[in-house]
Amino acid sequence: MVTDETNPAERLLLSGNEAVAKASLDAGVALGTGYPGTPSTEILEDFSRIGGQAQWAPNEKVAMEVALGASFTGARTLVTMKHVGLNVAADPLFTAAHTGVTGAMVIVTADDPGMASSQNEQDNRRYAQAAGVPMFEPSDSQDAYDFTLRAIELSERFRTPVLLRVTTRICHSKTVVIPARTVSAPQKPEFNRDIKSRVMIPAYARPAHRRLREKLTQITDWNERSDLNHTIKGNDDLGIIATGISYTHAREAAPEASFLKMGLTWPLPIKTIENFVQSVARCVVVEEGDPILAESLRAAGLAVESKPEPYRFSELNVSRVRRILSGDTSDDPPAPRGKPPALCKGCPHRVSFEILKRLNCIVAGDIGCYTLGVLPPFEAMDTCICMGASIGVGLGLRHVLPDEEARRVVSVIGDGTFVHSGITGLVEMVYNPPRTGHVVLILDNGTTAMTGLQEHPGTGRKLDHQPTNRIVFENLAKSLGIERVEVLDPIKDAEKFERILTESLKSEELCVIIARRPCLLAAKKIREYEQQFAEADIHE
Amino acid sequence: MSNTVTNVVIAGLGGQGVLKASDILASAAFRTGLNVKKSEIHGMSQRGGSVASDVRFGDEVLSPMVPRGEADFMVVLATDQVEVNRGLLRESGVLICPDQIDENAVSNRRSLNVAMLGVLSNHLEIDLPIWLGAIKANLPEKAHDTNIEAFKAGRNATRDAR
Repeated sequence: MVTDETNPAERLLLSGNEAVAKASLDAGVALGTGYPGTPSTEILEDFSRIGGQAQWAPNEKVAMEVALGASFTGARTLVTMKHVGLNVAADPLFTAAHTGVTGAMVIVTADDPGMASSQNEQDNRRYAQAAGVPMFEPSDSQDAYDFTLRAIELSERFRTPVLLRVTTRICHSKTVVIPARTVSAPQKPEFNRDIKSRVMIPAYARPAHRRLREKLTQITDWNERSDLNHTIKGNDDLGIIATGISYTHAREAAPEASFLKMGLTWPLPIKTIENFVQSVARCVVVEEGDPILAESLRAAGLAVESKPEPYRFSELNVSRVRRILSGDTSDDPPAPRGKPPALCKGCPHRVSFEILKRLNCIVAGDIGCYTLGVLPPFEAMDTCICMGASIGVGLGLRHVLPDEEARRVVSVIGDGTFVHSGITGLVEMVYNPPRTGHVVLILDNGTTAMTGLQEHPGTGRKLDHQPTNRIVFENLAKSLGIERVEVLDPIKDAEKFERILTESLKSEELCVIIARRPCLLAAKKIREYEQQFAEADIHE
Repeated sequence: MSNTVTNVVIAGLGGQGVLKASDILASAAFRTGLNVKKSEIHGMSQRGGSVASDVRFGDEVLSPMVPRGEADFMVVLATDQVEVNRGLLRESGVLICPDQIDENAVSNRRSLNVAMLGVLSNHLEIDLPIWLGAIKANLPEKAHDTNIEAFKAGRNATRDAR
């Protein structure tokens, strides 16, 4: 965070993530929960750094449930995750839309158009419509600050969870913020029984669904009158409807056009939009990702142009918006071919992938730094789907492949990912063991490395690196009844590692091998944290 | 709308301090009272891959990304990243790369990013005290002296050549 020394309270240079954190603190958010995921990770880290109570959950579903419980008491909550995280949290989201909340619940979904650091390019704006929750889309850090506060107000006014949908460019761009807006003070948390609203048995869920739809109608009316969607009068020949980061690109690409900048993009203020469409000769919707807004407006009978199909893919930028406006569907000029990322020199994962390659394993992989094991010189990964999928996919391969091939299958998963979604996979392995057994290799580098060295329940430290209870993977595996559980250092015990993996593959038993050695980038910090606690213990 | 925006791209490899350099530049421009936007992609890039960050400042800045071919200045920290990024620079744009400074003038190679900002500073209307304030605000105290020294080395190395 950068402050202007001439007027420190009035003008800040913040990333979108920092702006969400600051607004949450300023609004008295009592609890921030989430799971690390680029580009959302820094929100909770920053919220904690500036004095908020923030904690990492084992996964996004749990994070949202914890926040929901807190919101039921009237406390204000913030939940953060990357776009694919909302798939994991979709279960509580849809029903929380039915129950509603008491204190504000703002759910940040950080989408990654262009997939700078993701496994798919899903457009989470669809979740707002599907679950029936309002959605804000900031265009810069000022919006991110203001809309977080507006989302808190809206959430409490209509007693609904609210989505704050940001994208990589909003999260990681720094722009000027003047934090002028304020919100009412939060309520004091208390428990008031409200069984019919919060216990979703069918008898209570049926009226809850009707209430949800009524609420959305009320929010639509509210949105029609709100200043969250505003018109910038330009010439009448061209009108542009834009949301999120696309608004800034479009203003630069077509400074002379009229604009309808939308802030609360679900539920849609159709009358406001219709008035705008009628005020211009040609109206183009400029949106990143799927043509969701354009399709909704066309379905409502509005004559708007959508972008051509090639612009569904990747991020928009000023040049691409110029091309959309001119109807240019030729191929984009090739992007600069930079140097791809790679596993660090000396990274403990390197040894693991060398061995997997040497043993010609079929590798069901997972999400993390180690996914880079798919690239040369290793090329030792055969599948990568979503958090935790390595175990289920590996078991599926084992169940149906001929025995001699099935024996080559290994599930490879990192420590953070194992906690997130691998534990249920391990339970599945014990419950439905393949004929040839199975081998799960946990690459435990003691941190959530890919997203920037976050703690998780397996590290024994909380978000702020303070000590807490630690989940010990080998004990967990043994408690499930898995007999072959090995722990080794992939660099110090490299030979033993190869021998044990070879034996495990032949054994036809259920095996968990934990290759434990700290990430090179984290090792020094981990030592420092441990030293601090040791010193604190002595002084106590 | 007249073009009053200055566009700078800083490029290099993960671990070279590209993002720190762009933070310092954005912070310096911000301290002059201008509107500033800074954009980048991190995440996978921190594993040694290519990294680039855009800094734009002026009276009004809209998109946070420098359009291709519109960078006024391109600061490249790794020589092998020059060709990769050349298309970002406008025709009359200024390229700043490590071979423009005497390697021995920067005692700590880790401060190369800040030394390159020193070279860039000769082209921008931002006063020295503002630069030094921005450097201090973005780095831990123990790194202040080395980085200020590196900044001045870069600034002096190219001052005469101008």
